[in-house]
Amino acid sequence: MENVIELKNVTKKFKGFSIKNIDLQVKQGFITGFIGANGAGKSTMIKMMMNLLKPETGEVKIFGLDYKTHEKAIKERIGFVYDGNVFFEGMNLKDIKRIVGPAYKHWDDDLFYQYVEQFELPLNKAMKTFSKGMQMKASLAIALSHHAELIIMDEPTAGLDPIFRRELLDILQELMIDGSRTIFFSTHVTTDLNRIADYIALIQSGELVFNQSIHDIAENYALVKGGTELLDRDTEKDFVHVHRGPTGFEALTDNVKAVKDTFGDTVFIERASLEDIMYYLKGGLQYV
Amino acid sequence: MQIIISNSSKEPIYEQITNQIKSSILAGDLQEGTALPSIRQLAKDLQISVITTKRAYEELEKADFIYSIVGKGSFVAEQNLEVIREKKLKVIEEQLSAVITNSREIGLSLDELQQLLKILYEE
Repeated sequence: MENVIELKNVTKKFKGFSIKNIDLQVKQGFITGFIGANGAGKSTMIKMMMNLLKPETGEVKIFGLDYKTHEKAIKERIGFVYDGNVFFEGMNLKDIKRIVGPAYKHWDDDLFYQYVEQFELPLNKAMKTFSKGMQMKASLAIALSHHAELIIMDEPTAGLDPIFRRELLDILQELMIDGSRTIFFSTHVTTDLNRIADYIALIQSGELVFNQSIHDIAENYALVKGGTELLDRDTEKDFVHVHRGPTGFEALTDNVKAVKDTFGDTVFIERASLEDIMYYLKGGLQYV
Repeated sequence: MQIIISNSSKEPIYEQITNQIKSSILAGDLQEGTALPSIRQLAKDLQISVITTKRAYEELEKADFIYSIVGKGSFVAEQNLEVIREKKLKVIEEQLSAVITNSREIGLSLDELQQLLKILYEE
């Protein structure tokens, strides 16, 4: 099984917003980062992957199975991690374990205590006393304790301090060592992804812009800077978006090769960060 | 095995890895048959993505510096140092020819060129 998550032609309409014909495959054994501006549709997509929302058309398959007939089998193998008050506020981890554990066939008490220790979580303190970072860790510990093969996380690093963010990224990398797990997480902090993501899926206004390996993105996308006198209808055709300023232009291309052929040494070509790509794609849509 | 990655370098990370492993092999620090860390372990150790170390190992395999056995891992391949030396010599010859062409264009004499080379070599 190569694709752990498979969305085919998925559509979901809301008032003033819709998810449009999304095809998305998430590969097994890798970390896929899911990025997009606020309101682009990230959470809606994740909810559909978790069967918390049903698509109007199209199909969602997890581990090659669909929710209609295999909901329980799928949920057994997914660990869903998100912030906010996941558990009853007044309960401590011990109580939660007693309730959640029996719900899973493959619940592993030893593993649970091992993660509790590794994440330095208190067992007897009420969840409401936990910091955001600790809540995230608690949620992750529970997901990992039932041997989840697929870990889906909605904005796991939002609201975390930089030290804990790094710690979390370290933990995630450790999980990837044996090669059987898949991680899919949404974020709008793109620096989290620069280091550890293998694939990046970018969603914008309910549409999937791309889902590519970080190498393909680095090879295709770039920032181009030069004098505005170089621009005309022909030379501009390989730009996704151009920003003209009094001192020159700055543009995003998704075809570095073509730009090199067109401009040669007359422009600077720099690596585009994910943030650059998001920013220019958004600008591109506004002015079209 | 030491690998130092610079995030501010223009060189892609996978190339930094391949170049450093190549140098270690050519310098004899990594001997034939030595097991390399697994792709996933190296990714964790360097705090980079799995796909990056995967690409680095693929490039090293293509260039016959290492070989991989499914389920066992990657190992340093036998290096024919004579052949590598010859290849390098050929590259040096080509580069020197370019230097000579450039020197002639601006009228730099052999003595001056040798002096320049001496200074740079001893730096």
